[in-house]
Amino acid sequence: MKGSQPLKDDNRERSIFAVRTIIAIFIVMGMLGALVWRLYHLQVVDYEHYNTLSDKNRMQLQPVAPNRGLIYDRHGALLADNQPVFSLSIIPELVDNLESQLSALRGLVDISDDQVKRFRKLLKRARRPYQPVSLKGKLSEAEIAIIEVRRHEFQGVEVIAQLARYYPFGELTAHSLGYVGRINEEELATLDERNYSATNYIGKLGVERFYEAELHGTAGLQTIETNAGNRILRVLNDVPPVPGKNLVLHLDIALQAKAQQLLEGKRAAVVAIEPSTGGILAMVSTPSFDPNKFVTGIDHASYDALRDSLDLPLFNRALKGRYPPGSTIKPIVGMAGLDVGAVTKSYSIMDYGFYRLPNEERLYRDWKREGHGRMNLFTSITESCDTYFYDLAFKMGVDDMSRYLGYFGFGQNTSLDIDEARSGLLPSRDWKRGLRGEPWYPGDSLNMGIGQGYMLSTPLQLAAATALIANRGAWVAPRMLKQTGDKSIVLSQRENALGDVSLRKPENWEYIVDAMESVMHGKKGTARGSGYGAQYRMAGKTGTAQVVGIAQGEEYDAEALAERHRDHALFVGFAPVDEPQIAVAVIVENGGGGSVSAAPVARALFDHWLVDAERLNVGEASGE
Amino acid sequence: MLEKPPVNNDFLRQMPGADAHLSKQSSLFYRLHIDPILLGLLITLGLFGLVILYSASGESWFYVQKQALRFGVALLAMLVFAQLDPQIFKRWTPVLFALGLLALLGVMFFGVGAKGAQRWLQLPALPRFQPSEFMKLIVPMMVAWFLARRYLPPYFKDILISLLIVVVPVMLIAMQPDLGTSILIASSGLFVILFAGISWKIVMGFGVVFTSLVPVLWSFYMKDYQKQRVLTFFDPESDPLGAGWNIIQSKTAIGSGGIWGKGWLEGTQSHLNFLPESHTDFIIAVCAEEFGLVGVLVLLSLYLLIVLRGLNIALKAQDSYCRLLGGSLILTFFVYVFVNIGMVSGILPVVGVPLPLVSYGGTSIVTIMAAFGVLMSIHTHRKMLVHR
Repeated sequence: MKGSQPLKDDNRERSIFAVRTIIAIFIVMGMLGALVWRLYHLQVVDYEHYNTLSDKNRMQLQPVAPNRGLIYDRHGALLADNQPVFSLSIIPELVDNLESQLSALRGLVDISDDQVKRFRKLLKRARRPYQPVSLKGKLSEAEIAIIEVRRHEFQGVEVIAQLARYYPFGELTAHSLGYVGRINEEELATLDERNYSATNYIGKLGVERFYEAELHGTAGLQTIETNAGNRILRVLNDVPPVPGKNLVLHLDIALQAKAQQLLEGKRAAVVAIEPSTGGILAMVSTPSFDPNKFVTGIDHASYDALRDSLDLPLFNRALKGRYPPGSTIKPIVGMAGLDVGAVTKSYSIMDYGFYRLPNEERLYRDWKREGHGRMNLFTSITESCDTYFYDLAFKMGVDDMSRYLGYFGFGQNTSLDIDEARSGLLPSRDWKRGLRGEPWYPGDSLNMGIGQGYMLSTPLQLAAATALIANRGAWVAPRMLKQTGDKSIVLSQRENALGDVSLRKPENWEYIVDAMESVMHGKKGTARGSGYGAQYRMAGKTGTAQVVGIAQGEEYDAEALAERHRDHALFVGFAPVDEPQIAVAVIVENGGGGSVSAAPVARALFDHWLVDAERLNVGEASGE
Repeated sequence: MLEKPPVNNDFLRQMPGADAHLSKQSSLFYRLHIDPILLGLLITLGLFGLVILYSASGESWFYVQKQALRFGVALLAMLVFAQLDPQIFKRWTPVLFALGLLALLGVMFFGVGAKGAQRWLQLPALPRFQPSEFMKLIVPMMVAWFLARRYLPPYFKDILISLLIVVVPVMLIAMQPDLGTSILIASSGLFVILFAGISWKIVMGFGVVFTSLVPVLWSFYMKDYQKQRVLTFFDPESDPLGAGWNIIQSKTAIGSGGIWGKGWLEGTQSHLNFLPESHTDFIIAVCAEEFGLVGVLVLLSLYLLIVLRGLNIALKAQDSYCRLLGGSLILTFFVYVFVNIGMVSGILPVVGVPLPLVSYGGTSIVTIMAAFGVLMSIHTHRKMLVHR
């Protein structure tokens, strides 16, 4: 039969099944209970939590970058514009295989190793999910077309249009405006994260940097609903950005262009100031560079070329160049000598071509070997006699000399809105002891009296000091900004560092100015060549700064010295004498004598500003 | 021999109307071998599913129409299966099982598939099909066929044989790999053994053995993506944009629905594509988001009623084969529901199990309705047999 297997008992099987069914029903109920308990927890207990998560999911706060304020010159010429640029970006979350995507893209458009490196760096930065990471800035139209046509092959690759800074005048304004560039990590740490969350560029230098807060504006905020692919479905709430303020500068782009043209091919700088306002009319440093290259990120090769150039195109000579002022400070030193009573107008010396301190062997030589003969202060300024100023400096001493030079803005950055301006070096007893551990020797005073030795000044300082003379002691701090677009006061400016200079005898201003006038127009004036034939009267002072020291008894031969060892040519001046409208400082590195290389530049600028500009304004030809 | 009323009369009385209905035998439904209660519940569920699908698919009529068509085909399959006498199934069970195993082996060697899984079989002159789908019905049939012929409660030896019947196809399917289906088939087989009256001591013993096997399965048997799913289950936040994304997003969808839901077509999670596979495996999250806890409770109640009706049919089945098969099929149906909702709500790891009759998808809905056809056949043929 069936061996050991007993007969099947249908009733028993039924009853077992029934019992098991009841157990099954209990288990089913229990499991359903577990599900309900779980759902209850998710949907009732933790409802708030998940509701918030859900809202966060679909609603994103998207910052909207404000349009950067524009920058105009004094006549409304646009110096800094915003133009759309297209950049190639990747949304990493949407890319399956980043590496293959990258190499595929590199096969399509030119992407350098640097750009890939920067992309990887950006990728590591903290960012919101689905935020595009920039790979290549400034796509050409051809590149945009190539990418757009094959868009479907590149999931997560986007061409993003943005406004970027554009400087229509390029090189011409690089050193006066500065430029904007991509925000770097260091800046990121100190920025107002909220306001800059949609901004890619920040002022790196110059006006762009100093007025960053005004130019940038306030970021807007859009509450947008997105799907998981980060596609914007609709805008739920929109707080529009407040665009940055437009700035109007004192700068005159025509004068700037004129100065640039005059300095073409030289290592030189010009600063022109309007004495009545302190406004900087022109600020040129040559050679210059194209700031537009820096906006979207300059490539390494171009940057290295700029950085390593012997002519230092990146170096702003007008603000940072520290030059011995040479004879250009003689009017100031002379004025100080009069004011402290070290000399009088009638006091004169006999110049044999050198000066010797009491009990000293060393000869302090005049630039004119045979000497100027009998000289007073007036003729010493006109002819730039060194010997007279050796004597004056010795009589006055370093303390008074340093103090008066300080009144004229040397040794500090007196500008209202130029942070990069260097303070130069105004030597004093304390400075020398503190820095060098040496006492101040009378010889040091002598060198300082003719603007040599330790003293260093920037072209901006020289121009500002000249404007102070033009104003007969009324101090105006040099400044770039004329006004903001909405004419409200800009609070970010620096404090005015100096006050007016009042002499014991105010008529001494005219005495010094007259001496400077005779530099330009006098028979023996060192810059009479540059003053010749002008329709207006001008005042000025030439200067020559030694680059290498000339040993005792050695002949100075400009031709024989290597070009880069030649003296720097300097000139300061203003015009017209009676109602000064423009004060300039010119420095031409290795230009030789100030009268030869620097003064003609100033004359041309004076002409441009006073004659050509007048002609333009009046609209009538008035040739010589 | 006149039998006493079945011992489960008490239970039947708890199902009001069930008996009363059975007495009106000569209705159209009974001539069509259809259980109107089950059919009504299934259609209600199917329609509810279409409503959810419309929203989950991003308001796509295309999906809804396609799914409605499938549902129609599935109803047809149910109707066909319902016409076949359970005795026919019983007779052909061993043959079907042998063919099923052969097909699974065929998949292993000649199968086609996608996404790293090989699940389909393409035989000449036949449409492409998934043998594992058929095994969902055949495996419980085979175990029921075997145990129905043995003395019950089963001896240990018979239990081992039954387990072998279950384990072989389950292993073959798990190797495809298709974790979801192999779990469903394994449980369908085990349910038969449980209903047959296996001693609880043996159940516990096996439980211990299986638990100790888990580490072995983990290191030698599971694919990386399966391990990843399990790991993700334990810590979804560890990879919020990768593997954990699904769970986080579906929990967010469910939780943000609250008690009353955001309203039909108003679910932000699904409509904004944050919810992955919102129209297939994760469709319950759409329901929970848009209809809230209330909506899910309605859905769960429908499932519960279907399960109770199925168990009722199994209870009244005429012989062991039908009882065991019916009980197993309906509990497997419940496993679908539990695993799916459990995984979407984050209490179970993500395994690819659809929500029966609601998730968008072709094959499984036909299989499920065919199983209901078998249940209806068990129910209606019993009556006809008695009254012939």
